[in-house]
Amino acid sequence: MYRIPIGDYFDALIEWLTDNLEPFFNGIKTVIVTIIDGFEMLLIAVPAYVIIAIIALIAWKVAGRKIAIFTAIGLLLIHNIQLWEETMETLSLVFTATVIALVIGIPLGIWMARNNTVERTVKPVLDFMQTMPAFVYLIPAVIFFGLGKVPGAVATIIFAMPPVVRLTNLGIRQVPEDVVEAAKSFGSTDKQLLMKVQLPLATPTILAGVNQTIMLALSMVVISAMIGARGLGEEVLKGVTQMEIGKGFEGGIAVVILAMVLDRVTQALGSSKKARTG
Amino acid sequence: MAKVEVKKLYKIYGHHPKKVFTLVEKGMSKEELLKKTGHGIGVNNTSFQVEEGEIFVVMGLSGSGKSTLIRCLNRLIEPTAGEVIIDGQNIVGCNNETLLEIRRKKVAMVFQHFALFPHRTVWENVAYGLEVQDVELEQRRKKAYSALEAVGLEGYEESMPSQLSGGMQQRVGLARALATEADILLMDEAFSALDPLIRKEMQDELLALQSRMKKTIVFITHDLDEALKIGDRIAIMKDGIVVQIGTPEEILNNPADDYVKEFLQDVNRVKVVTASTIMKKPDAIVSSKDGARVAVRKMKESGISSIFVVDKERHIQGIITIDDALSLLKEGINNIEGIINKDIHTTSPDTPIVDLLPTAINTKYPIVVTDEDNKMIGIIVRVSVLTGIMGEENSDV
Ligand SMILES: Nc1ncnc2c1ncn2[C@@H]1O[C@H](COP(=O)(O)OP(=O)(O)OP(=O)(O)O)[C@@H](O)[C@H]1O
Ligand SMILES: [Mg+2]
Repeated sequence: MYRIPIGDYFDALIEWLTDNLEPFFNGIKTVIVTIIDGFEMLLIAVPAYVIIAIIALIAWKVAGRKIAIFTAIGLLLIHNIQLWEETMETLSLVFTATVIALVIGIPLGIWMARNNTVERTVKPVLDFMQTMPAFVYLIPAVIFFGLGKVPGAVATIIFAMPPVVRLTNLGIRQVPEDVVEAAKSFGSTDKQLLMKVQLPLATPTILAGVNQTIMLALSMVVISAMIGARGLGEEVLKGVTQMEIGKGFEGGIAVVILAMVLDRVTQALGSSKKARTG
Repeated sequence: MAKVEVKKLYKIYGHHPKKVFTLVEKGMSKEELLKKTGHGIGVNNTSFQVEEGEIFVVMGLSGSGKSTLIRCLNRLIEPTAGEVIIDGQNIVGCNNETLLEIRRKKVAMVFQHFALFPHRTVWENVAYGLEVQDVELEQRRKKAYSALEAVGLEGYEESMPSQLSGGMQQRVGLARALATEADILLMDEAFSALDPLIRKEMQDELLALQSRMKKTIVFITHDLDEALKIGDRIAIMKDGIVVQIGTPEEILNNPADDYVKEFLQDVNRVKVVTASTIMKKPDAIVSSKDGARVAVRKMKESGISSIFVVDKERHIQGIITIDDALSLLKEGINNIEGIINKDIHTTSPDTPIVDLLPTAINTKYPIVVTDEDNKMIGIIVRVSVLTGIMGEENSDV
């Protein structure tokens, strides 16, 4: 029986892309590297205690005292086990991937919400992005961007973007029809409708999407490390590959602490917004 | 010149409304069109005019196209064909800027479920129409505050809508529509979601506002009582078609067809007619100070077999029967206190007669209508409850 050579097509596509779109990929690479390095430099240049204080303060403002205390202790522990720099590297990668995912994802979600055809087209693509095993696009990413943090960031962006797109779309579509009608009936332009009514009412939902995106981005750190991204993922990987179980565990603990801090703070951000509007 | 004029307006729902339009134009019915083409008719060849300062009520059963019609007036729904002329300007097919201008300056809308912006304070809600016009902050605030004052909500400017009761929320909705000083108000079942008492209050208030402000109002309702109360003219819709337009009297007296007639009957007369309409003065009453002798004489004079007893402030005490009074006299007792039957039914004057029906059926004696001080103001005999309920039919023959 004839076997459809999907794999061969994909190979050909990747080849064609590398041959023809190199300047494009180089452009992307420059942008991503610049952002990650910027974050990294900043986070490493500032003394650890200052950063811990700032993050704890933010946690306090947003999520209350308990979480602020947890944040401070957790970060101090990371510092104590000498994984601070790695953590800051990971944080930079996660931040960068998240920021880019949001910059692309939120407008895409808005577009989906306003156009049923776009929604119908984008939804399966999002499913694809989320379910396709990350390793599969890790390799093309390496081909396009070489080893290092950039392909890691790209893979992370692809993997982490769907929730924020989906939830932006959902949040806007959930705004009650008659509220939208009311805004229109008073002569809102599309932009006014979006900025004054739809986005503010969708914000708690969008923030839930942001939270999920950050969590997914964090879950990619070890995979990114496999293609040369440094940071906590590298520590964990070393632990696994060199049978240094204790070391790997420490890296793992640091990832968990980072995840919990980011999760609690962004979650609190969403629910405080909800409390204010609901 | 009419303030709002609708000419041969059509709205067809479905994938290819323009394609099936000719069928509708030729007179295919809503049902048939749906069966043959899968298209629905919202509004079908509708024309009418609304004069300046008029409250124009649109009524009809659920699905008759009222909401569709009113939304065509500010193009929240795009008509399939026809004209909507506002202040001499046809807004069907006008460009976007003109439409925005009309919505901002000329036509404002009040919604059934209030449709307030939950993330904005009350005054920010009211100021929304001004905000989208880029009116400056202080001006907006001033106008919003005075609109809130007009609907009796001063003091709530900084509240969130969710903190207000339904009636108050709809006042905010009304204030929001007043704030832009549009002279046309579209109200789609604006009071339907409110409790009966609040609803009545809002109707009164709308009428009071209207007497000051002279807006042109298109008001949709399911409720004939509401329509009769506030409408200068009423249009009745069926399957997207306006079957009759007229003043309340015209409609009540000359219903155009069976649909309208049925519609009018749907208004439950028993809900509208209250105890005070059917009560009458008792033929005779007796004071508790009077003796059995007086009571018997009064009953004989009026030809009745029982008589109500009141005290000197007319507080109802009970009822005595002629038999009891006579046997009392035989025993040589004159004081009637002992034979007063306190087991009587009382009601307030504004009780709908439908609520009196069960009592009327079960009681031997007339129902006593009392005011809030329990003073007797009249009685209702069983037969008048029944004729009250059937009043419509009786007056027809
Ligand atoms: N978006 C839509 N798509 C398709 N059909 C619709 C749509 N909106 C309304 N209709 C149909 O158009 C007809 C008129 O509906 P409309 O909502 O105008 O009625 P209504 O008189 O306001 O009813 P109600 O009293 O229940 O509010 C109905 O048959 C309805 O099913
Ligand atoms: Mg309706």
